[in-house]
Amino acid sequence: MKRIIEKVIESLLTISGATTGIVILLIVVFLFREGVGFFSHSDIESGYVLCVNGKNPVDRLTPEQIKRIFDYEIDNWSLAGGNDEAIEPFRMNDLSDYYSDEELGENYEFVPEKLGEIIGGTPGIIAFIPEQYVPGKSEEVKVLSGNKLKPADFFGGENWMPTATPAPQFGLLPLLTGTLWVGLCAILIALPLGLGVAIYLGELANEKIRNLLKPTIELLAGIPSVVYGFFGLVVLVPFIQKAFNLPVGETAFAGSLVLAIMALPTIITVAEDAIRNTPQTMREASLGLGANHWQTIYRVVIPYSISGISAAVVLGIGRAIGETMAVLMVTGNAAVIPRSLFEPVRTIPATIAAELGEAPHGGAHYSALFVLGCILFLITVIISISAELISKKQHQAQ
Amino acid sequence: MLETKNIDFYYGSFHALKNIAMKIEDHTVTAFIGPSGCGKSTFLRLFNRMNDLIPSMRLTGECLIDGEDIYHKSVDVAKLRKRVGMVFQKPNPFPKTIFENVAYGLRVDGVNDGRFIARRVEESLQSAALWEEVKDKLKKSAFELSGGQQQRLCIARALAIAPSIILMDEPASALDPISTSKIEDLIHILKKDYTIVIVTHNMQQAARVSDKTGFFMLGELIEYDDTKKIFMNPEKEETQNYITGRFG
Repeated sequence: MKRIIEKVIESLLTISGATTGIVILLIVVFLFREGVGFFSHSDIESGYVLCVNGKNPVDRLTPEQIKRIFDYEIDNWSLAGGNDEAIEPFRMNDLSDYYSDEELGENYEFVPEKLGEIIGGTPGIIAFIPEQYVPGKSEEVKVLSGNKLKPADFFGGENWMPTATPAPQFGLLPLLTGTLWVGLCAILIALPLGLGVAIYLGELANEKIRNLLKPTIELLAGIPSVVYGFFGLVVLVPFIQKAFNLPVGETAFAGSLVLAIMALPTIITVAEDAIRNTPQTMREASLGLGANHWQTIYRVVIPYSISGISAAVVLGIGRAIGETMAVLMVTGNAAVIPRSLFEPVRTIPATIAAELGEAPHGGAHYSALFVLGCILFLITVIISISAELISKKQHQAQ
Repeated sequence: MLETKNIDFYYGSFHALKNIAMKIEDHTVTAFIGPSGCGKSTFLRLFNRMNDLIPSMRLTGECLIDGEDIYHKSVDVAKLRKRVGMVFQKPNPFPKTIFENVAYGLRVDGVNDGRFIARRVEESLQSAALWEEVKDKLKKSAFELSGGQQQRLCIARALAIAPSIILMDEPASALDPISTSKIEDLIHILKKDYTIVIVTHNMQQAARVSDKTGFFMLGELIEYDDTKKIFMNPEKEETQNYITGRFG
């Protein structure tokens, strides 16, 4: 009987272990499967095409070129690989400048024909029109071949405008740099502070102060991030705006500060545990050789606990990179490549949280957000692995 | 010369050492024996003020080294510990290279002369009878050494700062018999240049290495005399009982 119960418990434990592993694996697979679909989407809005004059030698345009053409930033075909000819962007609502409603027919049945006339008669035109109105095949009209979204445009793109027409811009760079920028600055603020507190608690504070401070700090780790975001929004943002005389207080710096505060409890707790785990005999050996307290701390205690300290750093970075809500609330969410700490930025997690609700299911925008998720996942995996390697190397040295 | 007068020592309310008076001559090996918890390690740690680390400790009486009270306010504890080296029960090398372990005391003392440090490291390792075994791997981690080698490294580390007294707190209790005999041989050699005080659980070891032996029990120094006398012809009955293995 006892043996049977043991067997049952054993198999239950095995099942729960296996289930957890499978669930985690499934999440990763799901993330990547949804993300991979991104690169099979067309680079202009679905249901639409771009047409040019039949004599125009240009066959392909990148999403960025398309955007700049329709923003009137590129105004000559020679800048897009064509002849020296002024570009005339054309959208459907421009049609009324050429023809009256009567001429287009009651059910717009003459639209393709008229569009054909316009495109054929204007050498520099580029027309953004719905698929169903594409003029019939003729020498005078050329439909630009629809490109698939290219990884190079995604990873090297400097604009994130997923709802832009005619060509949505899926440029990773502003989001990636925003994430790293905010995360890096957060760590730069949190690390010295966190290590300082950890060393103070582990080596200097007396038992009374420690017993008071440590639970308080651990409590901070449990506060929901939206509360930190609220605090940042109400206290830090106005303060930063006033202190640095900025047009807006919602900046990368505000995000970094909030993240630093949020990462502190993790860094302090883990680093302090590592420091206190340094054997007393190590400290005694150092003191016994005539070292003072400080020399003992930085020559023996810190080297001995360095793997725990790097674990603290990595957990802190992980928290800073992946944190969503608080950052969403205080960074201003402008998807531009940051050039200083005092500009609004947008991070990858904040983008996913803010945009997933409005992205049509299965569309390019939707898939793009999953690609962002994959990238976030890869970043954290890289961080964890490097931490693992650091601590392994450290253990080998010991 | 080490000398204590009327030493009483408390951990909080626990009276760990009771009215201990002892004189230890230079260039001798003195062994402290006694059952666990008798206060012999606590007494040993008085001489380099290692007990200072315990927050609730309290001490009365005098503890003199060459006539100077080492618990006087004006004493620099770090300087004192450079004069009184210590080897611990378990080998406790630092997570550093073999070379840096031995150089540690010099480095924290502010010595920067690389050639001087290198010479001192070699001398110390030779004195600790470890040089031949490690001279080709000074840059390797100290953790790659065996337990016995690590303990001799800890002795070399203590020798590098040129102390006059070496305290050993059960230095061979974590080692195998061969490593133990190497440490004991070393103690014989080191006696010429250093005053050695050793705490041990192993009575044969005390008999083999020491000139004088102190027997502690329940915080009291029961008997302190020449080792031969303690082991052959002790005056007190408790000593006799302990040595013959009737308790402890």
